[in-house]
Amino acid sequence: MPNETVQPIKFYQTGTLTVGNRLLDPEKRTVQASGERTNAITSGHRACQGCGEALGARYALDAAMRATGNRVVAVNATGCLEVFTTPYPETAWQLPWLHSLFGNAAAVASGVAAAMRAKGRPEVRVIAQGGDGGTTDIGFGCLSGMFERNDDVLYICYDNEAYMNTGVQRSSATPPAARTATTPAVGDKPGNVFGTGKNLPLIAMAHGIPYVATASVADLRDLEAKVQKAMTIRGARYIHVFVPCPLGWGSASQDTIKLARLAIESGLFPVFEAEYGEVVRSRAIRRKVPVEDYLKPQRRFAHLFKAGKPDVDRIARLQAVADANIKRFNLLRPDGDA
Amino acid sequence: MNKPFAITLDVGSSLANLTGSWRTSKPVYVDRIPPCNMTCPAGEDIQGWLYHAESGDYRAAWEHLMRENPLPAIMGRACYHTCESACNRGQLDTAVSIHAVERFLGDLAIKEGWLITDKAPPTGKKVLVIGAGPSGLSASYHLARLGHAVTLCDAGPLPGGMMRFGIPKYRLPREVLDAEIGRIVALGVELKLNTKIDDIPKAMKDGGYDACFAAVGAHLAKRVDIPAPDAARILDAVSVLRHMETGEEPPMLGRRVIVYGGGNTAMDVARTAKRLGAEAMVVYRRTREQMPAHDFEVREAEEEGVVMHWLRTVKQVDEASFTVEKMTIGADGWPQPTGEFETIEADTLVLALGQEVDTTVLSKIDGVKVTRDGTIQVDQGMMTGYPGLFAGGDMVPSDRTVTVAVGHGKKAARNIDSWLKGASFAPTPRHGLATFERLNPWYYTDAPKTVQPTLDILRRRTSFEEIHSGLDETNALFEARRCLSCGNCFECDNCFGVCPDNAVIKLGPGKRFDFNYDFCKGCGICAAECPCGAIDMVPEEK
Amino acid sequence: MLKQIEGSQAMAEAIGLCRPEVICAYPITPQTHIVEGLGAMVKDGRLKGCEYLNVESEFAALSVAIGSSAAGARTYTATASQGLLFMLEAVYNASGLGLPIVMTLGNRAIGAPINIWNDHSDAMAARDAGWIMLFAESNQEAVDLHIQAFRLAEELSVPVMVCVDGFILTHAVERLDIPSQEQVDAFLPPFEPVQVLDPADPISIGAMVGPEAFTEVRYLAHHKQMTALDRIPELAADFAAAFGREAGGLLKSYRLDDAETVVLAMGSVMGTIKDVIDDMRADGARIGGVSLCSFRPFPIGPVREALQNAKRVVVVEKDLAVGLGGVVAANVRMAMRVFDVPVCTVIAGLGGRSIPKTSLRRTFEAAARNELEGLHFLDLNWDVVNRELERAGEKRRSGPVAENILKDLGLIMHKVM
Ligand SMILES: Cc1ncc(C[n+]2csc(CCOP(=O)(O)OP(=O)(O)O)c2C)c(N)n1
Ligand code: SF4
Ligand SMILES: [Mg+2]
Repeated sequence: MPNETVQPIKFYQTGTLTVGNRLLDPEKRTVQASGERTNAITSGHRACQGCGEALGARYALDAAMRATGNRVVAVNATGCLEVFTTPYPETAWQLPWLHSLFGNAAAVASGVAAAMRAKGRPEVRVIAQGGDGGTTDIGFGCLSGMFERNDDVLYICYDNEAYMNTGVQRSSATPPAARTATTPAVGDKPGNVFGTGKNLPLIAMAHGIPYVATASVADLRDLEAKVQKAMTIRGARYIHVFVPCPLGWGSASQDTIKLARLAIESGLFPVFEAEYGEVVRSRAIRRKVPVEDYLKPQRRFAHLFKAGKPDVDRIARLQAVADANIKRFNLLRPDGDA
Repeated sequence: MNKPFAITLDVGSSLANLTGSWRTSKPVYVDRIPPCNMTCPAGEDIQGWLYHAESGDYRAAWEHLMRENPLPAIMGRACYHTCESACNRGQLDTAVSIHAVERFLGDLAIKEGWLITDKAPPTGKKVLVIGAGPSGLSASYHLARLGHAVTLCDAGPLPGGMMRFGIPKYRLPREVLDAEIGRIVALGVELKLNTKIDDIPKAMKDGGYDACFAAVGAHLAKRVDIPAPDAARILDAVSVLRHMETGEEPPMLGRRVIVYGGGNTAMDVARTAKRLGAEAMVVYRRTREQMPAHDFEVREAEEEGVVMHWLRTVKQVDEASFTVEKMTIGADGWPQPTGEFETIEADTLVLALGQEVDTTVLSKIDGVKVTRDGTIQVDQGMMTGYPGLFAGGDMVPSDRTVTVAVGHGKKAARNIDSWLKGASFAPTPRHGLATFERLNPWYYTDAPKTVQPTLDILRRRTSFEEIHSGLDETNALFEARRCLSCGNCFECDNCFGVCPDNAVIKLGPGKRFDFNYDFCKGCGICAAECPCGAIDMVPEEK
Repeated sequence: MLKQIEGSQAMAEAIGLCRPEVICAYPITPQTHIVEGLGAMVKDGRLKGCEYLNVESEFAALSVAIGSSAAGARTYTATASQGLLFMLEAVYNASGLGLPIVMTLGNRAIGAPINIWNDHSDAMAARDAGWIMLFAESNQEAVDLHIQAFRLAEELSVPVMVCVDGFILTHAVERLDIPSQEQVDAFLPPFEPVQVLDPADPISIGAMVGPEAFTEVRYLAHHKQMTALDRIPELAADFAAAFGREAGGLLKSYRLDDAETVVLAMGSVMGTIKDVIDDMRADGARIGGVSLCSFRPFPIGPVREALQNAKRVVVVEKDLAVGLGGVVAANVRMAMRVFDVPVCTVIAGLGGRSIPKTSLRRTFEAAARNELEGLHFLDLNWDVVNRELERAGEKRRSGPVAENILKDLGLIMHKVM
């Protein structure tokens, strides 16, 4: 490893969850803490201030590049990530990257992987990536096919819970009650309706593929570990990364990581790993919070907190969603403190 | 490659797009003063020395500590560590056990025989320091390091002042005291014991001193008038404790001792009496909550078997029994007599009602003013009305603790130094406080403080062995690493990691970070996610 | 080597000889036999170094092809009809990215009504997608065009669609000359991409391009196809020299000397047309034909040159631009706009309707008499049409048109579905 990354023990806190915990062995330190990290997405990209997707993608791809010695190709679905990184004449990508269409990233990636096999270069690994819309909706057919064939592709979904690039419309990953441009906060059931949507990680698991995980920009170490692990496995793999979108969610740009954290700590976004269709690990909640803590700072949920008359019913239903996750994935355990 | 036009692009080309122009506010790195440093009466840079201890560089930590306070081994035991009450970590789990790490460093320095060697070149100035208590020792040390020739006089037979005559051995072993005083003497301070100075201006003139620092403390015990037969044994706390150090025999306390008062000294005496085999009782006219003694002192006294009588005043002392009146707390919060009386069997009364300053020597000096509460008035720079005469410690108005005294000594030394140079001392302006609200405590995992081992209770009741032992290296390191580094970058790489625009430049170990304002869009995630609150967002000027 | 072989199998063998590295396909009649043949060759080891993917849709099939081609692999896929429409977004994308994929289109009608039989509606739906589109007149040409297609595609970095008539070619068993591996290897050099996804030299492919450069990008795609107008005949000549037979080229003329009536068509129907021309010539008619191989790029110059002496042109085409007429004819008219020569459209063979020589002859003779209308539907059953129109005029809900017609024709007696 390059010298600079092996920072001599200088100053650190016991057990900190920070990016650079120098108490850890050098090889266990985060990729992001390294001055030598590849910055898969370099500066100058046009993501909004505080974009969680820009961050999540750099986290994931830097980790993948580290894990493969930079032998990785990325295929990108249409969406914010694609648009903000590659407006002619500038690209922010530092690795070989291909954008084809909105709904075909998984298939294109299968093609790249097939080509690498045919060319006798199986060491070159392939990542497909897209937003929640490009993954759970329009790209779902290709994704399911890639899973089912167990093609050697890691698919990463950056879930910001709506079609952001086209102006915040509902996707099948939009949570209940959330306001989007196509689920406006009007009428007696404002926002997205309850009882809809799909859980892609569980669907991915149902394909019986070797590895499925959820991750979040709020837990870098977990995310990196999962990407790294995924890169050691051959076959179809899926990582679903939770990435807040300040623009679409109506949140403050500095709150991106905080909101991602609250989503985990409330139980609304369970972080877990599954192998061959079985959940093998989940990340316990460290400091449980009520869903309100997560919902309140976001304007897309503002209608739930109207002055004087909070929508207690629907807040309770969202709490029930969180509680169900907590139960299902056993998120409240004594090992909560990492 | 003959790449297709526009569709296919070369890597890194986005660097041409300077997104810094989007910014409406920008992050800046700041240093804030941690609450521990803010409250330390000795002005220690606690977070600063913990910084070194965290990396296991104890020598550097000790030297850093010694910049402000020459008595870490003593402080680690005798200081009531207000820093720990202020410590932000207390709002997370438990405060960092700062005193324990300090003591560890102090003990290690004694064990290793570390000495302070870097001293300013001699200035040719001579300073007389009167009183070898914490304040005088501290002033002597700092003055010596600043290059002045220091003579330290004390009227008593042993140096240390209240550290020796007020703090019992079981809290401060004398080897520790002697070692740290010895190190100050080793710095070139001339120590003159049994030397009482009655005429300071004359002594200064005769000895050719350019300045003088007086810190003779407050050792006149306060007394109350209680009807008692001549034969009744009534002592005062200061004399009892002093006798413990100077007398060949332990003081004659009798079988049952009542200590009258609710301060730390009262506890010290009661616990000492207990250790000497007496039945020790404390009588205090208010409630336990209102006792000025520190809670842990009261608790430890109770553990050791000291019996407490709250809400009582001593009305009458007889040879073998005392009459006490029950008190009640009135609406104004003050104790009111109830007219109900009780009798307690006891043979000795020790008054622990506080001490006063003996102002006789100073008050006769031209220009020196005595305040209404009997202390010596000093200006901002600790100088009395007599030019070149400074005063500090328990003599001047302030809290009377060892740590405050040490702080006075340092402050006086720095002011004397400036005064000797004909300048006035301007302390470096302090940064804003690193409040808990500025922290992002998520990033610190739970790490409850290390508990210092305590002596077995039986031994505590019967011997003067030190009741708390120090931390071992592992524990001290762990404890140091519990520091949150409030308000000061500790190079955790968070800002570097969380920036979606890679606009944080890592400068390398010890050099912290810079912002790349060419690309920083001003989202503020770095500031929000900085664990220790070392980044501010400031509006961009247009 | 001469073989008695089904067209699809022959094409599969020819494609195999081109050493494709990635093949992916989704089944649709009448393309199935080609990809089944290739699949078997990969599986039994005849075709080495090739990855064969069974995907879940045509959209995925071409998407896989896009990925593998961008990663530098010689890539092949095949589809037809609904499949082409299902992948249409990717069809545009492959050409937009300049990826030299070769795809066989087993030409078939587009529903509704669903119909598995041959016509050219599918190809016409993708005519402006930026692909080079070559039509095979015979199965021998289908074999040969695939070999040329890979070389053309890779030289220009543009995708090529080889259009073969469904069933008529794909399912016909004939005696065909399958070239040897050495011959193909000598003709077709290994694929050397102009851009490739390679960690050793990273690039970003597929940028978003705004108004400032989009026209230029499009013009360059057009320019590439104009270049192909030169390369296609050159390759055909190379091919003829190497393999000893003619195949491909922009177009082929048939008995044009002194022809006053010239019939132009694409694909296998040209065989029937040539027979009709021979028959009519035998009876003294001055008639000739043009077989258009390259529909995209459309060889305006060569078409004009071939037709310059004609007094009238009849375009027989297996597609219908509903609401306009013939697509090919419209293109031909563009070539002929400098001449005052009528160009008639004959819509024929839709949905697999047979194109009898007698009907063609009747139509060509009418044309020679200048009696053929501008837009003619070959063998249209006016009785059926008129009856349906009448019914529709009477009541609003006259029932499903197709079923009504079948009933009228006595092909079904009652509702079957
Ligand atoms: C076939 C197709 N349909 C629709 C679009 C329009 N479109 C482009 S990006 C996008 C939204 C992307 O949403 P998502 O995948 O969630 O990514 P995000 O922008 O939120 O990161 C849509 C609807 C398209 N480009 N292609
Ligand atoms: S809209 Fe949301 S996802 Fe898209 S660039 Fe902005 S913050 Fe990122
Ligand atoms: Mg989205």
